[in-house]
Amino acid sequence: MMRAMLIPRRLIMLGLFAAFVVWCAVSMDWSWLPRYAPLALDGLWVTIWLLVVTIVLGFMLAVPLGLAQAIGPWYLAVPARVFCTVIRGTPLLLQIWLLYYGLGSLFPQFPWIRESELWPYLRQAWPYAVLSLTLSYAGYEGEVLRGAFASVQKGQIEAARAFGMPRHKIFFRIWLPQAIRSALPTLGGETILQLKATPLVATITIVELYAVAGRVRQDTFIIYEPLLLLAAAYLVIAGIITLGFRWIEGRGPRMSR
Amino acid sequence: MEQTLELLSLSPPGWGANLLRGLAASIQIALGAFGFGLIIGFFGAMGKLYGSPWVRDLLEVYTTVVRAVPELVLILILYYVGTDILNNIAGAMGRGPVEINGIAAGIWVLGIVQGAYSTEILRGAIRAIPPGQTEAARAYGMPRALMARRVTIPAMTAFAIPGLANLWLIATKDTALLAVVGFSELTLETRQAAQTTRAYFTFFLAAGFLYLMVTLFSGVIFARIEKWARRGQPSHRGG
Repeated sequence: MMRAMLIPRRLIMLGLFAAFVVWCAVSMDWSWLPRYAPLALDGLWVTIWLLVVTIVLGFMLAVPLGLAQAIGPWYLAVPARVFCTVIRGTPLLLQIWLLYYGLGSLFPQFPWIRESELWPYLRQAWPYAVLSLTLSYAGYEGEVLRGAFASVQKGQIEAARAFGMPRHKIFFRIWLPQAIRSALPTLGGETILQLKATPLVATITIVELYAVAGRVRQDTFIIYEPLLLLAAAYLVIAGIITLGFRWIEGRGPRMSR
Repeated sequence: MEQTLELLSLSPPGWGANLLRGLAASIQIALGAFGFGLIIGFFGAMGKLYGSPWVRDLLEVYTTVVRAVPELVLILILYYVGTDILNNIAGAMGRGPVEINGIAAGIWVLGIVQGAYSTEILRGAIRAIPPGQTEAARAYGMPRALMARRVTIPAMTAFAIPGLANLWLIATKDTALLAVVGFSELTLETRQAAQTTRAYFTFFLAAGFLYLMVTLFSGVIFARIEKWARRGQPSHRGG
């Protein structure tokens, strides 16, 4: 990795890039930065929180979705397949707006919802953001896990059964780990896609990283500086995700295929 | 039920015509962006495979950056850069600020995003061509352009179609992002209709249905194209 960067051509490119960064720092207008830095850090935290929470929840939902499609009886497989098709076939922005505006305008009509203890939360935007991002991740991931579950070799399951393992133990010890391992490269890509989906929730008033840049633009009429910084921030997060998945993939025994 | 039908009807108290107009704009933008992306992708793939080291590194930067930064951010950056460039040109020619056509701007920004994905898909497809085929063409002394037209492009199509089908679906769904910058495509038209009539569920579900129809219909079309592109290739199913 390091040696690959030390070729003269790449050194020149790195130099040009450094010159560009210096030019940006010197001749562009960064006077807004100190004032908005705390807000930007809050936004960064919201983005990462949304990413982690929706990926964990979405993955937990994707396992039964994938399993139902791979081996489930038809009355489970068909709804799971329809769910994945609908989620993957419509824009996420539309799903977010459907949940936020649709449910948000439906709930107040029922007095018992307004009187319930959940109401203070249902009036805020983030439950809808979490719900829509979770469903979206589950839809895409359910499709990936369907293939992953089906690709685990039959002999593995048969061997586990021959040892007399109970069914749930077979699932958690043999089947799920191998399915996840074979899905890992795709999971990494999907996680970056999920990161790139988080700015959409800015449209339903959630102040995450993208929304902060939008606010800077509205307040100060500075266009390029916040956008460039924003793009750089997403590049760094995506790079960390890629490295993280590479690290996880490198651990453990290699698949013999 | 009757109320819903009235809201969705095509003539003016209903908003059906607006939705369909939005759908037409969405499809136009998606087609244009997909095509523009394919052109970028073809030259990008050629550059990545056969270009000089400089070209390869620059293309690597392009594909990496575009695929790691959210589309929404790229759309904003490209939109502002595009309008600034056009206005500068117009200013240099002594004219006032230009009015930007929404569809052309949408095609420009989404096309550049699509181009990065196309580059990777086409590069993979070109590399999947059995080397003997291109070697044979070269042995016959075919010029490069002829070889691209007669051998490389037809042979890679079959390998590229599944990835391109996926990319086309991404293009149709990404047009929804243009709603955030205020282009009146399907999602924005839907939101306006929903906000005016307060029938949020009706309109968002109707728009979802339209998008889903585009997706399913495209699936059928691409399956046909793939079958056509694979004609003459041995089938794994036997027979």
